[in-house]
Amino acid sequence: MVDLNIMVGGEAGQGVQSVGSVLAKTLLRGGYEIFADQDFESRIRGGHSFSRVRVSRRPVAAALAPIDILVALNEDTIKLHEKKVPNQGIIVSEISKTGVPENSAQPMLDIPFEKIAVSVSGNILMTNTVAAGGILGLLDYDFGLFETVLRGEYGRKGEKVVQANVDAGRAGYGFAQQHRPKGFKLRLKPSGPSGKMLISGHEALALGVLAAGCKFVAGYPMTPTTSILEFLADRGREFGLHVVQAEDEISAANMAVGAAYAGVRSMTATSGGGFCLMTETLSLAGMTETPLVVVLGQRSGPAIGLPTRTEQGDLLFALHAGHGEFPRAILAPGNAEEAFWAAVKAFNLAEAFQTPVIILTDHDLGNSYYTMKKPDLAKVVIDRGTVLSDAEAAEAVEYRRYAYTRTGISPRAFPGQGRALVVADSDEHNEEGHIIEDGKTRRKMMDKRMRKNGGLSRRIAGPAVIRRQNPVYNLICWGSTYGAVAEAARLLEQRGIKAQVTHLKELWPFPVRAFARTLAGGVKNIVVEANFTGQLENLIRAETGVSADGHVRKYDGRPFTANEIVAALEGGA
Amino acid sequence: MKTGPRVELDDYASASNSAWCPGCGNFGILRSLDKALVDLEMPPHQVLLVSGIGQAGKLPHYTRANVLNGLHGRPLPAATAAKLANRGLAVIAISGDGDGYGEGGNHFIHAMNRNSNLTYLVHNNQVYGLTKGQASPTTDLGFTTKLNPDGAWTALRPLALAVACDCSFVGRGFAGDIDHLAGLIAQAVKHEGFALIEILQPCISFNKKNTFQWYRERIYKVDQDGKYDPGNRAAAFEKASEWGDRIPIGVIYRHERPVFEDYVGISGHELLVKQPIDPSSVGQLFDDFT
Ligand SMILES: Cc1ncc(C[n+]2csc(CCOP(=O)(O)OP(=O)(O)O)c2C)c(N)n1
Repeated sequence: MVDLNIMVGGEAGQGVQSVGSVLAKTLLRGGYEIFADQDFESRIRGGHSFSRVRVSRRPVAAALAPIDILVALNEDTIKLHEKKVPNQGIIVSEISKTGVPENSAQPMLDIPFEKIAVSVSGNILMTNTVAAGGILGLLDYDFGLFETVLRGEYGRKGEKVVQANVDAGRAGYGFAQQHRPKGFKLRLKPSGPSGKMLISGHEALALGVLAAGCKFVAGYPMTPTTSILEFLADRGREFGLHVVQAEDEISAANMAVGAAYAGVRSMTATSGGGFCLMTETLSLAGMTETPLVVVLGQRSGPAIGLPTRTEQGDLLFALHAGHGEFPRAILAPGNAEEAFWAAVKAFNLAEAFQTPVIILTDHDLGNSYYTMKKPDLAKVVIDRGTVLSDAEAAEAVEYRRYAYTRTGISPRAFPGQGRALVVADSDEHNEEGHIIEDGKTRRKMMDKRMRKNGGLSRRIAGPAVIRRQNPVYNLICWGSTYGAVAEAARLLEQRGIKAQVTHLKELWPFPVRAFARTLAGGVKNIVVEANFTGQLENLIRAETGVSADGHVRKYDGRPFTANEIVAALEGGA
Repeated sequence: MKTGPRVELDDYASASNSAWCPGCGNFGILRSLDKALVDLEMPPHQVLLVSGIGQAGKLPHYTRANVLNGLHGRPLPAATAAKLANRGLAVIAISGDGDGYGEGGNHFIHAMNRNSNLTYLVHNNQVYGLTKGQASPTTDLGFTTKLNPDGAWTALRPLALAVACDCSFVGRGFAGDIDHLAGLIAQAVKHEGFALIEILQPCISFNKKNTFQWYRERIYKVDQDGKYDPGNRAAAFEKASEWGDRIPIGVIYRHERPVFEDYVGISGHELLVKQPIDPSSVGQLFDDFT
């Protein structure tokens, strides 16, 4: 059973990421399931960064700790990671540059990456391609698949560049085949394409945004959601979507409200710091009952924190952000597929309930690459909620934007749609949208808005549960932690310990009843989350009265690995 | 733009009771706006008024049009996006001097820079009216208030800032001269690009210095002798900086430059609000990831 972890490490600017992505794509095309992630510092050159590619025959959604193949583009990489390479593993590097680790009994493969690059193509920039070729040669993988990936990657730059890359890749490939250490037995064979996609969480989310028919995005760059803005700016136009880079997050959020009021699906994407600036506008959307979708990509905080690293520290912030009380929904997808569907659902909820919807992602989810089946677009339902038809709007002279209704949802009309005048107000207002101050109207209007919570609750999905017979543990998680937790449950099972996984992918309104059904007597409920204070654990206690039996928490800015979770449980979490 | 029967002042007659003080300069601005829209034969349903918070920000409630009354200092971003979403609307943003130059200062600069096809009316009474008389960015040097017992610090000259930002239409009106102001607003609405009109608006409750009388003694029409060229930026900067014994009103600076909505690559297409939603079309991107 193949389950292989490859790590490529080097300094920023050495192309660590591109080696990883070319490798991942080549292996995907041979029908393998891939999970790939990256670890990089907030700098453009130097430092230490790495890229990991996990290759398996069955679905995987997290990195494993032991490294089977460590590709070191610099000396630091060996020093930092050699201990994680088990005995059957191998270190691949250009020894004249990186040296041999002291007292190492480890199999090593010395590939003169740079020398080969220069001698084959005269271009030191080809070093990356030589390295990728070397790994594939070591594994005796299909070179033709590698070539198709290189052609896709460099095709835009012209035939000369493509050919130079193919030659460099072939030289690395050949070298590794000839010099492979005797003890290294592992070979990978392709089994034909699976047709699946290799896609990051944020790319998948952005595809969901397009599928949902979003037409307007405003944002201000901040890691880790800049990738969403850039993807949509690049690809959105073909779909009638326009992206504006606003002067700040305050503006971005208000722009999103302005466009939504005018009648298009609209959103903004940011991280915790930017979301702080948007909270006032979140309340505005709540009060004016304007559909607003916000992607909140969490990173380590507080303040600037670790800008390029991950955390799940903003759950309670997202829940409580904004002044005053108003309905909202919070979705927390756990992988690329869930991110796609969360985007679609967010727009539907925002428009159906005319209220803000927050999609909580994080650096780990956003930047990790998942193997995903192509989404079935026939299943994308567009629910724009109650909106006057053009014919109705044409005649609606006495239109009341905030008409009292049983569900709390008043039919929307758009400015210019017809003769209906649409008056939306941030002050407390009457049914027409005009400012009021009397207590009675205030109470009726609050009641109307808050009635939406009933309908909203019914649309929130309960947790996704991976069940096992008579489990010892119930591992409860949310968002990106899902992959590592599911993996941990599998590792535990290999050791004869059964663990159920309860993944909350939609968090608010809290799915109290569905969650309660996942709890069973005699099982240890352990909450696994990437923050210091145990935000989900606290939320569960507040909403259900249930106290967890333990927890596993991580807040060093790095994503969980399954091994860490297992170790914590064995240590009595 | 006109589609239906003749537009009358009655079309803009609102049923709402005003919360403004009797005698407030805002009434003149309201009348001027209504008159300009009637003169332009623009029916209310094609007009969108976007305002912030303050006494000025309440104006949209006292006329009839589409309204987005948002947050303090934030009408411009909302107006910019509404215009992008639906270029068919005449979008008019309304602020006070505190709203527009204080809380919304950053948005003001960037809105001028973008040159969206918007009209921006700033009611400048040189104080914060709604919050009872504190200094605003345009309060004259030395003017004391409860919150500024040492007197306000030096005043911002918004029109000079606007000329410096190359705002494509910079005008100034006076709440006490309705016909002139209405004419100015009509020109601004017709202008292709971002049109700022700063309106001198006496606050009868909290500003006992800059009164109707004070303004009447000082203001003059910038083009009174027919010689002023609003296309000359250097001259415009000089006029925009003039404040004290003589205060110019009228079109201070005007020129054409690319309009944001035309520049951003959606101009040749259907309005964003009319763009179809077709989830199946997204499938064409999937192969990029295989
Ligand atoms: C974020 C925020 N800060 C402060 C206020 C309080 N506030 C309301 S209106 C206003 C100033 C209004 O002054 P101006 O814009 O000059 O309008 P005027 O009332 O004079 O017409 C302030 C400070 C607010 N509503 N929101």
